[in-house]
Amino acid sequence: MNSTIQNIYFRSDQAKAYTLLSPALILVIFAMAAPMIVMIFTSFNTQISMIEIDRTFTTGRYEDFFSKPIFSMLLFRSVKISFFVTLLTLVTTYPLAYYIAFYVKKNKMLWIVLMTLPFWTSYLLRVFSWRVILGNKGVINSALMGTGMIDEPLGFLLYNQAAVIITLSHAWAAFAILPLYVSLDKIDKSLLEASYDLGNTKFETFWRVTFPLSLPGVIGAILIIFIPTVGDYVTPQLVGGTDGRMLSNMIQSLFGRANNFPLGAASAVLMLTTVCLIAALVTYITKKVSMRMS
Amino acid sequence: MSIKNYIKIKNLSKSFGDVEVLKNINLEVEEGEFFSLLGPSGCGKTTLLRILAGFEYPSEGEVFFDDTNVTSLPPNLRPSNMVFQNYAIFPHINVQRNIEFGLRKENLSKDEMQQRVENALKMVQLEGYENRYSNQLSGGQRQRIALARALVKQPKVLLLDEPLGALDKKLREEMQIELRNLQKSLGITFIFVTHDQEEAMTMSDRIAVMDEGNILQVSPPKEIYHNPKNKFVSQFIGNINILGAKIKSVSNENLLIEVDCFGSIQLKNYQQIIENDRINIAIRPEEITISKISDSNYDYNFQGNVKNISFYGESTYFYVQLNNSDKILMVSKNETKEPFSENDNCFVNFSSNNLKIIKD
Repeated sequence: MNSTIQNIYFRSDQAKAYTLLSPALILVIFAMAAPMIVMIFTSFNTQISMIEIDRTFTTGRYEDFFSKPIFSMLLFRSVKISFFVTLLTLVTTYPLAYYIAFYVKKNKMLWIVLMTLPFWTSYLLRVFSWRVILGNKGVINSALMGTGMIDEPLGFLLYNQAAVIITLSHAWAAFAILPLYVSLDKIDKSLLEASYDLGNTKFETFWRVTFPLSLPGVIGAILIIFIPTVGDYVTPQLVGGTDGRMLSNMIQSLFGRANNFPLGAASAVLMLTTVCLIAALVTYITKKVSMRMS
Repeated sequence: MSIKNYIKIKNLSKSFGDVEVLKNINLEVEEGEFFSLLGPSGCGKTTLLRILAGFEYPSEGEVFFDDTNVTSLPPNLRPSNMVFQNYAIFPHINVQRNIEFGLRKENLSKDEMQQRVENALKMVQLEGYENRYSNQLSGGQRQRIALARALVKQPKVLLLDEPLGALDKKLREEMQIELRNLQKSLGITFIFVTHDQEEAMTMSDRIAVMDEGNILQVSPPKEIYHNPKNKFVSQFIGNINILGAKIKSVSNENLLIEVDCFGSIQLKNYQQIIENDRINIAIRPEEITISKISDSNYDYNFQGNVKNISFYGESTYFYVQLNNSDKILMVSKNETKEPFSENDNCFVNFSSNNLKIIKD
C-alpha cells in the first residue's frame, strides 16, 4: 500500500511540483488571498458607527466612490503620477543598464552592486533626503541663493506632484535597473553584429534589435515600478503637499481617522482593478508595438 | 578576361592589448573564388574574417575591396555580408522579416521585396517557411536562413564563420556540396573560416593555412596536401608520418640520408636547398603499403609489428611499430585482401620518391 502511494507520487510530476510550491503557496493563500477576500467582502458592507460595521450586502460604497468626484480625481492622479514615475525611471535607468550590459567588460556585478548601494538605506531616509535637497532651506535653494542667482527660495521645488514623481522614481530606480540589465545582458552580441552587417547603423540597430529584445525587461521594469507606486502613500505624504496627495493617502485615512473601512476597501478594490487593467494593457501594447518596429 | 584580385590585404597586423593575434598578413583573393582560412582555434582566422567584415579594425595595414580602401569602413557600408557561426537569426521576428531585414534600406517596392525574399528562400530550399520563428527551425534550417539573409543582399563577398560547425556529420557533408554549388552558380567570392581540414579541402579553390597569427601557406587543396611548406601544414592537412633524419652526403642531385628509424636511404632528383643537417622526412600513410611478405615493387621494405588497427569503412589504418625502433608508422590501406590482426608481424614497403623533406 505504502509503496503504491510512493510509486504514484514519484511518477507524478504534478505532485512533485506542488510539493516544491507548497511553502510559497501557503504564504500566498494566507497572507495575500485571504486578506484580499476579506477586503472585497468589506467593500460591500456599511460602516454604521466607530466600531460597528453592517454586514448586509450593498454596492453603496462603490456608488459613494463614483458619486464623489474627489475619489475619481485622486485615482486618476495616482495613475498619472505613477505613469510619469515609470517613464522617468525607465528613461534614466535604461542607459545605465545598457552601459553595464554592453560596455562594462569586467566586474559587472560590482557595478550593479554600486548602483543599488543607495538603496541599502531605508526608504524613509531616502524620501527625507529629497526634502533636504528640494526644501526651502535645502541644497538647491541654498546654493542658488548663496550665489545670488535668486533672492527668495524657489517654492515650487517641493510639495507638489513633480516632487512626488522625482522622489518616487529615484526610490524605485534600483528595481528597474535589474530587470533591464538582465534582459540586455542576455542579448547575443552577434545579433547586433548581424544587424550592422545587414546595413543598419548603430542607432537603427538599437531600435530594430536591441530594444525589441530588451522588451521583457522593459515590461518587467514597468510593472515593478508602476504597480507599487500607484499605491504609495509615504512619499506623497512627505513631499507631495496637498497637490501631491494620491488615492492611497485617502485610503489610509479611511482606514484611520475617517474610519470608514468599507469605503476604504471599495477604493482599494477599484485601485487594484485599475492597476491590473493597465498592466495588462501595457504588456499587450508593448508587444504589438515592438512587432511593428522591427 | 583576366580574373582580378577582389580582396587585397596589405601588411595587416592586429593586437588585442599585448597579444598580437595577426602578424603582418598579406593576402589576395580573386573575384569569384572559394577561399578558406584554415587553422586551429586561436590562430587568428576568425579575427581576420571579422576585420574583413568591419567588426574589428586592424592595428596596422590596409584592406582593399575592388581597389577601394575599406580599412576604416563600418560593416553597414561594406559590400560584404556574413554568415555567423551561431547563425544570429533574430529571434523576435519571423523568417520573412529576418530575410527582409537587410533590404529595408534599398527602397524596393513591396513586390520586388517579396520577390527577392521568395528567390532567397528558394535558393536555400526553404520555401513556405516565411512565418516560422528561429526557435521553430532546426540547426540546418537556421543555417540556410542565415545564408539566405546574407545572400538576399547580393553581396560581392560572402564571409562565413565556421557555418557548418554546429551541424552533424551527415548534414555537414550535404551542406558542403550545396554551399559549393551555390557559390559556383552565384559566382561571388566566398571567404570561409574553418578548423576542419576536410571541409576546407573538399570545398575550396584555395586554402590559407594559419597558425599563431601567421599565414603559413596559400595554395589549392591538392598542392597543400602534396607539397606542404612546413611540418605544421603537413600535419594539419591529412595524416602524415614525420621522421627525423640526418644528411650523410650530397652529390649532384642525389642525397644520402640517415633516417632515425629506417637507416640509410638514397633520395634521387633532389632540388631543395638544405640549410641544416637535421631534417624532417615525411610520408603519407597511403604512400606506404603493408604486406605479409616483403613487396619487391618498392625500394624499401622494413619489418614491423601491427600495434593497433582503426577501421574506417572505406579505409583501414594500421599503426605499425618497426623492429628495433620505438617509432610507430601510420599506414592506410583501402582494401583488406591480406587481413591483419593486432600483434601480427608484417612488412611496410615504400618508394624513396614518396619521401619528402619538410621544413620545421
